[in-house]
Amino acid sequence: MDPKELTGAQALIKSLEMQQVEVMFGLPGGAILPVYDPIIDSSIRHILVRHEQGAGHMAEGYAQATGRPGVAIVTSGPGATNIVTPLADAYMDSIPLVVITGQVATSSIGSDAFQESDTTGITMGITKHNWLITEAKDIPRVVAEAFHVATTGRPGPVVIDMPKDVAQATMQWYWPEPSDLDLPGYHPVTVGDPELVRQAAELILAAERPVIYAGGGILKARASEALRELAERTGIPVVTTLMARGSFPDSHPLCLGMPGMHGNYTAVTAMQRSDLLIALGSRFDDRVTGRVGDFAPGAKIIHVDIDPAEHHKVRRADVAIVGDCRLVTDELLSALDGLGLPHSDACRSGSGGTPADAVPGAPAAPGTPAASFPRERLDPWRETLSQWQRRYPLVYDQTDAPGELKPQFVLETLRDATPDDTIVASGVGQHQMFASQWWKFDYPNTWINSGGLGTMGFAVPASIGAKVGRPNRMVWAVDGDGCFQMTAQELVTASSERIPVKIALLNNAYLGMVRQWQEMFYGERYSEVYLSPDLPDYVGWAESMGCVGIRVETPEEVGPAIDKANAVDDRPVVIDFRTDASEKVYPMVAAGDSNDNIMVDPAQSRGDG
Amino acid sequence: MSAYGVDKRHHTLTVLVENKPGVLARVAGLFSRRGYNIFSLAVAPTDNPRFSRITIVVDVESAPLDQIIKQLDKLIPVVSITELAPSAARERELLLVTVEVSPETRGQVIQLVGVFEGKIVDVGHDRLTVMLAGDPTKIDDFEDLLRSYGIVDLQRSGRVALPKLDRTDDRSRGATVLGFAKNPEKAG
Repeated sequence: MDPKELTGAQALIKSLEMQQVEVMFGLPGGAILPVYDPIIDSSIRHILVRHEQGAGHMAEGYAQATGRPGVAIVTSGPGATNIVTPLADAYMDSIPLVVITGQVATSSIGSDAFQESDTTGITMGITKHNWLITEAKDIPRVVAEAFHVATTGRPGPVVIDMPKDVAQATMQWYWPEPSDLDLPGYHPVTVGDPELVRQAAELILAAERPVIYAGGGILKARASEALRELAERTGIPVVTTLMARGSFPDSHPLCLGMPGMHGNYTAVTAMQRSDLLIALGSRFDDRVTGRVGDFAPGAKIIHVDIDPAEHHKVRRADVAIVGDCRLVTDELLSALDGLGLPHSDACRSGSGGTPADAVPGAPAAPGTPAASFPRERLDPWRETLSQWQRRYPLVYDQTDAPGELKPQFVLETLRDATPDDTIVASGVGQHQMFASQWWKFDYPNTWINSGGLGTMGFAVPASIGAKVGRPNRMVWAVDGDGCFQMTAQELVTASSERIPVKIALLNNAYLGMVRQWQEMFYGERYSEVYLSPDLPDYVGWAESMGCVGIRVETPEEVGPAIDKANAVDDRPVVIDFRTDASEKVYPMVAAGDSNDNIMVDPAQSRGDG
Repeated sequence: MSAYGVDKRHHTLTVLVENKPGVLARVAGLFSRRGYNIFSLAVAPTDNPRFSRITIVVDVESAPLDQIIKQLDKLIPVVSITELAPSAARERELLLVTVEVSPETRGQVIQLVGVFEGKIVDVGHDRLTVMLAGDPTKIDDFEDLLRSYGIVDLQRSGRVALPKLDRTDDRSRGATVLGFAKNPEKAG
């Protein structure tokens, strides 16, 4: 036999190897059967999930933790439809995924065959692109195109739909050169227009109340270092959106934390009062802006995004720069150099001291625009922000009353008992907001959550994917009881594959965020939100899935339970924290309301005039 | 009243796409999921078999034109987009219409077809099928005038358009070409 002659299935797996894929998450079935045969002989690790949604979220967690594309493989029909939610999730959060779906034989397509679904049709609106392969000879080229599309420009998920007969057919192996890719309509722009960058630099030097509005694009572009240099050299404070937590260290004196619906008072109000928002890889999501007409009314906007369609979509930008956040930020720094912004190495230590303590850099040459922009020019602005931070810190009150274990207390204790580079994955709801608020994220790619789509059940599989990609890091999932019940079966996967993730289950017996809205906006009429604290028995369930299960009911038990969990490294751990159901997430901006009407914790608003 | 309403709302996009299965579904799906209104749409091969051209008349009241173009451009098989403002385009459309005629009105209809430089393509005892190609507003007028005779069946092709030529230097003008730099040599 000609050694270069491969089956389509062999060519597919070999193509994945050529793309340096080290792991894929999947579950076999009829139409994908031929592709599973060469997996036995492949260097690629395959992780057998218990539900295809788990495969998709694991691939997302892997991608977010490592920055490399996540790969999942499922069969046709229900296998493909079960991974639709992760595809939609990855599309919203711009996560590079390559999902391979089996398909019925080309001769059966369109005949309502067993386990047939129109996968390319179903996923068209929730993928960056998808391909239906019709000839085995196309496989290496399509795989190369798929990885290229998924990982360049604005990253996103792609689907390769692989009919069974194509996997069984033979082809002559080749590996395409970059010039062989057939993508005449795909040429993402990465470098910013120098004239626009210069205009942005001038706006920055003229601003008195600037804020850097850092979004998930910072992490996608690996721009954390560039962002830090921009912030430190200009002295401009930074808010990090839900998708950008960790892209700028929370411990940095210039970090204001998370803005938005449950952002802290200072981050939200700094944007409202600012005269210049420097949006880097952020997209003016409704959860950040509140009512758009009232959002940051006095601010000029610099908007850097690799996706030109984000410019002017929600808010008209004064300077809209298409490009990669890291490259454009570097260009911006050069442009600021050109305009005479002083270097200030003295304030690069990055931690310790308040902004007001920062040492100004060398004086700029007289007559240049930047002569009026030593960092201390922003002192009044930073002082205002510091006052807000002192007046409206995040608060909670851990009482001694029985049954009132506060979720915030659990998270603070967990944060302090784990390494600084611990990876935290979360589901969606109150626990997600508490985790984002109370954790201190000092490293990029340590916070993994479902931001745009808001997918309950994300945490458990995403944490497993993250741990697979970063086996030497501690990985904790912070999950709610409602979320946990949606995807907990993947802990069986984790146990059998020896993936020692840890789950902090904040079990308040409710769909907590919905309960909070019903309490605040529906007159405490609780409709279909009660779940029960002990049905299921989470400890028993965890143990039946091969995990260590621990129950915690009082504040005193929290620390020891976490220490016990941290000591386990051969299997997953689930801690069932029985938390106070009445605790609400504050601050809060009601949906559709102006960010000016931010509601702080009632304990802080008492006494306000 | 013209079937096309106030024409300033409508911009014509000529979209060069890869000639691959499903591309029309991608374009149509984008318009539907983002809530953009399509006024008319025509698809045809180009002189290069790798590419097809989709001519879309969009309602810019439903969404900003800028957004429509940028979202279209994100579709991987979209190679380039040329935007033609109504005043900058040469637009043509084809109409086929079957109209009722009686011995009294047959002559009037035939006369009308002559005035509009249309063509009678089929003749029945009490019906005529007429073809007219031309500027969409002319087609609108013709359709309006025929209505009183009784239209049995009517089919319009949707518009196709090319930019008006600039007679000063014989280069196309008034057209904003987006994504053209992506692939100038192949964008035929």
